[in-house]
Amino acid sequence: MSEWIVYGLQQLLNALQLGSIYALIALGYTMVYGILTMINFAHGDVFMIGAFFCFLAAVYLGLPFAPALLLTVVGTALLGVAIERLAYKPLRNAPRVSAIITALGIGIFLENFTLALAPYPKHIPALLDSTNWDLGGVSLSSLQLIIICLSLGLMFLLDYIVHRTPVGMAMRAISWDKTFVPLMGVPVDLVISVTFAIGAGLAGAAGTMYGLAYPVIDPYMGIMVGWKAFISAVVGGIGNIRGAMIGAFILGGVEIMVAAALPSTYRDFVAFALLLVLLIVRPYGILGSPRIQKV
Amino acid sequence: MVTYDGIKALQGVSFSVGSGEIVTLIGANGAGKTSILRAISGLVGYKGSIQFEGQDLKRVPAHRIVALGIAQVPEGRGIFGNLTVLENLRLATWQRTDKSEIEGDYERVFQTFPRLKERQNQASGTLSGGEQQMLAVGRALMSRGRLMLLDEPSMGLSPRLVQDIFRIIQEINKAGITILLVEQNANMALRIASRAYVLETGSIILSGAGRELLGDTRIKEAYLGG
Repeated sequence: MSEWIVYGLQQLLNALQLGSIYALIALGYTMVYGILTMINFAHGDVFMIGAFFCFLAAVYLGLPFAPALLLTVVGTALLGVAIERLAYKPLRNAPRVSAIITALGIGIFLENFTLALAPYPKHIPALLDSTNWDLGGVSLSSLQLIIICLSLGLMFLLDYIVHRTPVGMAMRAISWDKTFVPLMGVPVDLVISVTFAIGAGLAGAAGTMYGLAYPVIDPYMGIMVGWKAFISAVVGGIGNIRGAMIGAFILGGVEIMVAAALPSTYRDFVAFALLLVLLIVRPYGILGSPRIQKV
Repeated sequence: MVTYDGIKALQGVSFSVGSGEIVTLIGANGAGKTSILRAISGLVGYKGSIQFEGQDLKRVPAHRIVALGIAQVPEGRGIFGNLTVLENLRLATWQRTDKSEIEGDYERVFQTFPRLKERQNQASGTLSGGEQQMLAVGRALMSRGRLMLLDEPSMGLSPRLVQDIFRIIQEINKAGITILLVEQNANMALRIASRAYVLETGSIILSGAGRELLGDTRIKEAYLGG
C-alpha cells in the first residue's frame, strides 16, 4: 500500500475515535434542545463527572471495564435526571435565558464540587488490556476498536429508541409542541426525565471512554470537549439526532486533519472557525430546519 | 374560575353534561370556551370544582384525566406534524391497558376516515386542514374516552367538510360517546346539540335545548347573523 493511503487510513481511524466521543456527548445537547429548546450547558461537565465515576469505580471499587462503564452510565443518568428536576423544571415556563444561565451555573458548580474533592488530576488505571494490531501499516488498538464500536452501537440504539419506541415517539411529539401532549395520556415530565437520563448516560459513557483513551482527568476536562460536542450538534442541526452524529464525525475529521497538517495549536481555532462559517452559510446546520413559527 | 397569568378568563360558570348527550358551548372569540375545555382536561389550573363520573378532577394530572375517560380534540387540532398519521394515533393509546383491542380500534378509525388509512405512513404535517381535523378526532377515538371534548372542530374548514365533521360527531355520539362541543359556528352546533349554553365574556348568559336556542331572537341577533 502506498504510504499516503496508509497515512490517510490511520488518520481516518483517529477521526472516527474522536468523532464517536463527540457524538455521544452531542446527542445529549441535541436531545435536550429538541424537547425543551434549551441548551444544557452543564452537559460537558456531566461528561467530566462520568470520567470521575469511572475513576471511582476502577480505583475504589476495583471494578473491571464492563461493570465500571455500567455504573458510570447509571450514575450520570441519575445525575442528569436530578439536575433537570431540581434546576430546570422550576424554570420550564421562565424565559429560556434563565434556564441557560442556570445551566451554566450548574456546570460551574459541578466543576468546583469535583475540584473540592479532587484538587489534583487523577489517573484512571488501564481497565482494558491494550493489544495493537498492524493492518498493513495501519495500527489499530483494541481500545480504539472498543471506543468506536461501542459508540456506534449506542448511537444505533438511541436512533432506534427515538424512532421506533413509544417513549421515542413521545419525545418527538414533545419536540413538535408539548402543549397538547398530555391530552394523549402521555406523562410529559416522565418523558423529559427519560430524555435527560439517556443524554446524561451517553455523556457518562463518553467520559469513561475518553478517560481510558486519555487517562489523566481533571475537573475542567469537560469544558473544551463539551464545547466541541456542542459545535458538533449545531453543525449537524441542533435538535436533530442524526445531524448531531454527522456533525461530530465532521468535527472529529476536521480536527484530526488540522492536527496532521498544521501546528496542533490551530486545532481549536479551526473548530470554532468552522462553526462561525457554518452559521453564516447554513444557519440551521446540515440537517436542521427552521422552526415553523405558528401564527 | 380559570385565570391565565392572573387575568380571569372565566367566573361563575356552572354547567353539566349528561351521559350520552351532545352539549354545546357557544360564544364569541374570547368568551372563555377554550379555557373551560383546558380546565376539564387539566391543562390549566382553576378555582372551583370539576367532576367526572363522581370523581373530582382538580388534583388529577392532565395525562391521568385521559385514562379516566376524557378525550379532547384541541383547538387548532394539535397534530404532531413530525409524526406519521399512524404514530399520532398510536401515541393516543399510551395510557390504554387493553392492548389487545387497539388493533381493532385502528380499523374502526380507518373505516370512519378512509383518507387516514391511505396516508397512514405520511408525516401528518403534510395533511390538509380537513384531514388533520379527522386525525385529531381519530386520535381522540383511539384513547377510548367516554366523554369527548371538541374545541372548534369546524375552524378553517370548507362548508362541505364542516358538514362531514358534524355528521361524524353525531355518529360518534350514537356509538355511545358523550360530546361536549365548543363552537363559534352556532348554527351547526345548535342543530346537533341536545342542550346548549351561551357564554359571554367568561359567564353563561343563556342555556336551553339546542333547537330551542336556534329560534331564540337574542341568539339570532348575536350569533346567527340576524
